[in-house]
Amino acid sequence: MFAVNTRNIMRSGFIQRFKSTLVVAEHNNEVLNPITLNAITAAQKIGDVTVLVAGTKCGPASEAVAKVAGVAKVLVAENAAFKGFTAESLTPLILAAQSQFKFTHILAGASAFGKNVLPRVAAKLDVSPISEIIDIKSEDTFVRTIYAGNAILTLKSKDPVKVITVRGTNFPPAATTGGSGTVEQAPTGDYASSLSEFVSQELTKSDRPELTGAKVIVSGGRGLKSGDNFKLLYDLADKFGGAVGASRAAVDAGFVPNDLQIGQTGKIVAPELYIAVGISGAIQHLAGMKDSKTIVAINKDPEAPIFQVADVGLVADLFKAVPELTGKL
Amino acid sequence: MARVLVGVKRVIDYAVKVRVKPDKKGVVTQGVKHSMNPFDEIAVEEAVKLKEKKLASEIIAVSVGPAQSQEVIRTALAMGADRGVHVEVSGDEYELLQPVHVSKILAKLALDEKADLVILGKQAIDDDANQTAQMTAAVLDWPQGTFCNKVEKTDAGLTISREIDGGLETIKTKIPAVLSADLRLNTPRYATLPNIMKAKKKPLKKVTAKDLGVDTTPRIEIISVEDPPVRQAGALVADVDALVAKLKEGGHI
Repeated sequence: MFAVNTRNIMRSGFIQRFKSTLVVAEHNNEVLNPITLNAITAAQKIGDVTVLVAGTKCGPASEAVAKVAGVAKVLVAENAAFKGFTAESLTPLILAAQSQFKFTHILAGASAFGKNVLPRVAAKLDVSPISEIIDIKSEDTFVRTIYAGNAILTLKSKDPVKVITVRGTNFPPAATTGGSGTVEQAPTGDYASSLSEFVSQELTKSDRPELTGAKVIVSGGRGLKSGDNFKLLYDLADKFGGAVGASRAAVDAGFVPNDLQIGQTGKIVAPELYIAVGISGAIQHLAGMKDSKTIVAINKDPEAPIFQVADVGLVADLFKAVPELTGKL
Repeated sequence: MARVLVGVKRVIDYAVKVRVKPDKKGVVTQGVKHSMNPFDEIAVEEAVKLKEKKLASEIIAVSVGPAQSQEVIRTALAMGADRGVHVEVSGDEYELLQPVHVSKILAKLALDEKADLVILGKQAIDDDANQTAQMTAAVLDWPQGTFCNKVEKTDAGLTISREIDGGLETIKTKIPAVLSADLRLNTPRYATLPNIMKAKKKPLKKVTAKDLGVDTTPRIEIISVEDPPVRQAGALVADVDALVAKLKEGGHI
């Protein structure tokens, strides 16, 4: 028994010593994006964790990251060149960090930011990136979904450096306290790129929780018939302190902005409770929400495919059922 | 006047429910309806619009894949592309072909064809990788405008509205550039019968990855492809009261 334990200790020691991961933090110069915490959990499964914080103002994010359990080192790169976090400016920075520290794995959350930046880094390293992993089998074997979540691919990467984006909903967030990472200056260089320039952002303002981290999501589809009718869903969501999402049909029809879209090509969510209202349940939508813990569907069409994945279904006119439900909560 | 390269991929049609092969090495593709990747239709449409606005002089549609990939090139030609390039890759090799390979092929063609703009879809709905445009831009050292919602040509280059997690973002890039189309960039047109007939006469060149000097050695090994876990079938409830009771039971309220 003693021998077995020693072997286990030695094996974990081996991984800790020789595998080193770089997590590219996502933040907005004010706060750390929570998906970074999920990416850190994934990185911890592989080896030592270093986090890179780059931006025009790195104080808040680097301080937050240094306290995250399991983070050994924080590299900070504060520079006007990183305005708008463009892939063209961040890629040479990540490559400089890579050439100095020789990480075996480079990870980021599979958000619009991570999806934009990491493939560019991978191409520069001449490796094949691995998108939106949902599990790690070993240091070179990863699990991801293909065909809108209708097949699960387990693959072994043959590349010397693994460049990976992590599906946030499949890895718990790392604890935001208990860590004591050392903060260091990232390799300096001339990172300003003349190729592209950030101009502005038009963010959807909301007091509700962020969609990908919400515990409850009320989502609407074409059945809502107009943007005004989404008020019914906001009222219901407020009862739960939840977020509001939408199907592609609702976004295409102009009912709500694109950043509310849940599905294969929108956001992937996995809340405790997902209430689908007036959503038929096309393959592309299911891809974004079928890992939710409990799915409730309200639809007047009993044949709607959403009922095949719903734990609780109510065949009813949403314009009557939703206000009634809101009233009874 | 810019020359535009558009990448198009032949994928299993978006409405098909895929089936995993019994040997767990992939999904069944034989005898299954295929069509152009929906995001690539949007990329082609954007290129054709640029030509209609006299901002583009020529559109070259490229597809990398087995012989059947020529079908999607013909579709692109019917939508308004001027000529096609088919980079043929055998069926077995195609199984392990990845964005890392395709991006090198597209980058080489972009230089050979003197393209000023490469427009691709943001992701293929089969591998869901969302990598090729970013990687093509990296190989070329060109700027990337990913997840495009709107693209405008200016004197200095391009002004692009991008779909990001919290809303939209505007960036400016120089030309040449690589763009990836999001769903809301435009509504692709249908190819009319006369245009489909005309497309049959448009030039379509065939090359191989080897001709282009691109190494397609696999970078991954497929361990398995499996069905996702099946959700337990739920139950219908009669009315809102019963729904509230279920929510209480589940501890949600």
